[in-house]
Amino acid sequence: MAPLATPPVVKDHRALRFLTAGSVDDGKSTLIGRLLYDSRAILADQLDTLEKKAAGAPIDLSLLTDGLEAEREQGITIDVAYRYFATKQRKFIIADAPGHEQYTRNMVTAAAGSDAAVVLVDITKLDVNALPLPLLPQTRRHALLAHLLRVPNIVFAVNKLDAVADPAQAFHAVRNALLAFADQAGITVAGIIPVSALRGDNVTQPLDADWYNGPSLLQLLESLPPAQERKDGDLLIPVQYVARDGEGTGNQPRTLFGRVAHGRVKAGDAVQIFPSGHSAVVAEVRLAGEVVDVVEAGQSAGVVLDRQLDVSRGDWIATPQTIHPVQRFSATLAWLDTEPAQVGRKYWVRHGNRWVQARITSIESRLDIHTLDAIDAHQLAVNEIGHVIIETQQALPVESYADNRVGGSLIIVDPTSNRTSGALLVKAAQ
Amino acid sequence: MNAPLTVEQLLPELDHTHLDWLEEEAIFILRETVAAFERPALLFSGGKDSCVVLRLAEKAFKNKGADGQYKGRLPFPLLHVDTGHNFPEVIEFRDQRVAEMGERLVVGHLEDSIKRGTIRLSHPLESRNGHQTVALLEAIEEHRFDVLMGGARRDEEKARAKERIFSHRDSFGQWQPKEQRPELWTLFNTRIKPGEHMRAFPISNWTELDVWLYIARENIPLPGLYFAHQRQVIRRKGLLVPLTEVTPLEAGESVETAEVRFRTVGDMTCTCPVESPALTATDIVAETLKVTISERGATRMDDRTSDASMERRKKEGYF
Repeated sequence: MAPLATPPVVKDHRALRFLTAGSVDDGKSTLIGRLLYDSRAILADQLDTLEKKAAGAPIDLSLLTDGLEAEREQGITIDVAYRYFATKQRKFIIADAPGHEQYTRNMVTAAAGSDAAVVLVDITKLDVNALPLPLLPQTRRHALLAHLLRVPNIVFAVNKLDAVADPAQAFHAVRNALLAFADQAGITVAGIIPVSALRGDNVTQPLDADWYNGPSLLQLLESLPPAQERKDGDLLIPVQYVARDGEGTGNQPRTLFGRVAHGRVKAGDAVQIFPSGHSAVVAEVRLAGEVVDVVEAGQSAGVVLDRQLDVSRGDWIATPQTIHPVQRFSATLAWLDTEPAQVGRKYWVRHGNRWVQARITSIESRLDIHTLDAIDAHQLAVNEIGHVIIETQQALPVESYADNRVGGSLIIVDPTSNRTSGALLVKAAQ
Repeated sequence: MNAPLTVEQLLPELDHTHLDWLEEEAIFILRETVAAFERPALLFSGGKDSCVVLRLAEKAFKNKGADGQYKGRLPFPLLHVDTGHNFPEVIEFRDQRVAEMGERLVVGHLEDSIKRGTIRLSHPLESRNGHQTVALLEAIEEHRFDVLMGGARRDEEKARAKERIFSHRDSFGQWQPKEQRPELWTLFNTRIKPGEHMRAFPISNWTELDVWLYIARENIPLPGLYFAHQRQVIRRKGLLVPLTEVTPLEAGESVETAEVRFRTVGDMTCTCPVESPALTATDIVAETLKVTISERGATRMDDRTSDASMERRKKEGYF
């Protein structure tokens, strides 16, 4: 059985960005409303509006997260919305992925770059006396998608505890079913938390019950580590922007800016530029306008080299002999465009800071979104995910997405509409 | 009198390294904008959010000297849309900062658009906030800017909560909420067609509290009206309306002098102060921690009209 990770003490106070996944009526909007309300991120004038709507009844917290007028007219949320709250411990960013149509597209958008996923499980929709207890397809789908996108912490919030007769028995039955499913899917679970978003039980305030002595949802979120790229080992920096120091033209020192993808950089390091292959030694590193000793993965470095080299946006700075560019690679493709993926058509892809032309040379299979099993298929439509082979016009230093999110992720852009049509997660060079 | 509060005393357990993370993200977005576009401009009104973005731009593009000042010049001009109804002290502050920093400032005047006839006011003292859109789009066209960087934040208002970091505008400058591009990782899709432009929001993920914490930490200069001062005001519909030539006394009202500060500084006809004794950014952090009314709700007369008023203005091309 997959072990439950014990919450470590977090010393890193970067904001924790988490996505919330749930289907209609799972109580997701109420849960987010509850987190905002209890952490006092809702302000008096916003409450005013809600109280007017409630007309004396208890206020509906779910209304806090509904956003655009276009959506209110339709009564659904159609786009990822970002919400903010802070506790004394930490700042939080919620990427709220709506659960209706466009679901995969929204969830992929919310999950890319999230540190955690909170998957809502509506306990009232489950037969808690069945053995084995069948989970709802959407629970499996949400967890599998988060896992596929390598969201580092996956949390299940078992909601509507207030609406079941024997919450202790029901929660334990659901917990066992979730653990069995996670174990089978290879998902490491960061926590399974019983909550009642409606009543506020165990969301921000610990549950007062003899059958549960774990953390509240908020306590767990406060303890989760943010996603980090590795700081040790070889260096990789995608060059984002090249600046000349001073005015005018000629041979001035140039600063190469880029966020370190992995490793660290300091003066004296030998580096190699991709694709030119030229070598140099780092003369100086800067961080936010100041000269510093070292800049690490996740920070944007300004690198000055000891010699004049022709370096542009889209190039890479790396430890010598560590870049292995390829023109063909296999990848998982999440298709986001209403126009289906077209094998053989030229698209733009962005890898790091470089735009190149590329083709999907073949679609090998499509994933069953409920099981992640590969199904024989040669087409991908909107909200579908599949395995593909990509060929690019220039060789790119792609890495496996599992090893490094920066080197392993690309977007596909339609050259006619400029829409962001797909997200690619690199599996391996071909 | 008690010793002044420090930020550490106010939030002892939060160690503010989250500000480093927000700063890193903002600098990354600013450099991305300058690298990916041909003709960028930074919106600078003298307001607190744009002052924060200006400091972030110095960190992104300049080098800090031994005297603590940032050397060099930003790789883009600053742009301000002047409604003609701005607080004079804010305009003075704007010009002084631009001169001190040696930057270029482009001003789009609403008066010019009125003279051209592209803006028609229904009455002379009408709020000019909504009309900024026209003057802004005219400035974009005249200077052929292809991206504008601005200090909008997602926590300001519901419609902003779904705004992208790079937000596409069609050739009429319009925002299409249903046509937004998914934003994945930091692989921003900055591709546009001729005549279109983008807005880039480097402090999207900051809250009002983060902004004040950062102003306090970095000692960012702000116009004086952000801090407590004596001002003649009129109490009107639960708001404190500053007495100005464009917001005169109405029948049955009286003027009083109050100790106030502004939380936002927009057009004089629709920006109200709140009562406050806060003299420093740290005092304001303390107040912000206790505050129970959101920034736009307390201070903007125009946003009160409807729950959806911001979304409508955004669709029309407002910032």
